[in-house]
Amino acid sequence: MRSEASVASIDDLAHTRVCECYQCGKCSAGCPVGEQMDILPHQLIRLVQLGCLEEAMSADSIWKCVSCLTCSTRCPKSVECAGVVDALREFSAKEDVVSKRERRTEIFQRVFLENIRRNGRLNEVELVIVFKTKGFLNDLNVPLLLKDATLAPRMLGRGKFHLVGEKVKNREVVQRIFSRCEATA
Amino acid sequence: MQVGYYPGCALHGSSNDYEMSVRACLSKLQIDVREIDDWICCGASAAHSLNQKLSVALPARTLGLAERDGLNDILAPCPMCSMELCKAGKALAEDPELRVEISDIVELEITGKSRVLNLIQVLQEFGVEKIQSLATRSLSEFKPACYYGCLLTRPPKVLKFDDCEQPESMEKILGLLGAVPVDWNFKTECCGAGMTLANEDTVLDLSHKIISDAIDHGANCLVVACPMCHVNLDMKQAAVKERFGVQRDMVVYYLSDLVGIAMGIDEKDLGVDRHYVVKD
Repeated sequence: MRSEASVASIDDLAHTRVCECYQCGKCSAGCPVGEQMDILPHQLIRLVQLGCLEEAMSADSIWKCVSCLTCSTRCPKSVECAGVVDALREFSAKEDVVSKRERRTEIFQRVFLENIRRNGRLNEVELVIVFKTKGFLNDLNVPLLLKDATLAPRMLGRGKFHLVGEKVKNREVVQRIFSRCEATA
Repeated sequence: MQVGYYPGCALHGSSNDYEMSVRACLSKLQIDVREIDDWICCGASAAHSLNQKLSVALPARTLGLAERDGLNDILAPCPMCSMELCKAGKALAEDPELRVEISDIVELEITGKSRVLNLIQVLQEFGVEKIQSLATRSLSEFKPACYYGCLLTRPPKVLKFDDCEQPESMEKILGLLGAVPVDWNFKTECCGAGMTLANEDTVLDLSHKIISDAIDHGANCLVVACPMCHVNLDMKQAAVKERFGVQRDMVVYYLSDLVGIAMGIDEKDLGVDRHYVVKD
């Protein structure tokens, strides 16, 4: 498959100009998850500048990013670093080059969106069940499957557990919004 | 004072203690909150990670519903929702072409004119001095570490609220009510946000740093204005303690809990007894 990702399309999605970056490293210095990253934020921007998009799109770090926006906020050149990470995630998921180690996080985001498409609002119980099932089918990790099982009764005791989630009245419009956004993306 | 109200999914889900607290507090202040009819999810991190267009369209639909119902000011107590609504509103207001495209997608005419406010802004607009005059109890026993996290102040270009590196709006409100907020380092560091399920290790690591710094600086509680921060710092505190060990339990209040307590609202009516870590 020919990749749709290009420096111009990433700039466009992120509303920024990656060529502005002069590699000061302030984004990486302030990143709260930098120590877990294989490729640091300023290095991701460099890869994009150089057109090494596949390497950037398959990096673990784009899924380690917690979208705190510290990088974009502190950039002296107003490069939307977090926006670039979002664009890389979008292309990475679309072109199926997500790092195997970070598949779980991508699955979580997909399951979350599907939940919204169906209900219009997040149904937490459905989110947990579908995410755990799909996550388990992906990596067969039993501890992750069972983790938090003890939280359910504690949540129930606090009235924080809603077995039947809310749904919006006009779910058809939500589904049409999704279809249109997917068609134009 | 009347405001439109966008609770968002968390406040209608497992963070219903935050909704109780916000509603009890605003009702005491006689602020009339009108929930936006048939609001939809803002898309949160999932939308901006996977489909940029959707991350504008989902909040735009809700903004359109609010405009249709004549709600000019909208309170969104969740900073993720609040930021997504502000970001979409700003993009729509500034770009006529986008406005036409998104109005078609969401089947509503949108101008992007509505003002979206977080909980702190609503309290400020109501008037901090007026809240002070309604207070019946001093908060002098509370030494809070006020925690803003990420999206109350970031991105500053979109939110234009407080100082994004050294915010002080919660300290000002609580200080006037008699509390003694501490000076500390992790006010605007991230707690891991919506990664609680997908990447718990990150959440525990970041939350541990925040809780420890608050303890080190003499705080006896944390104060947040975000449902996700509350989940990570309160619900996950037992897991943080198990993994890293922390010196002692830290009660995590929502801002509206302490404002409510100062105005004499019973803790039960604020949902404080539903928190995981409770005062001994």
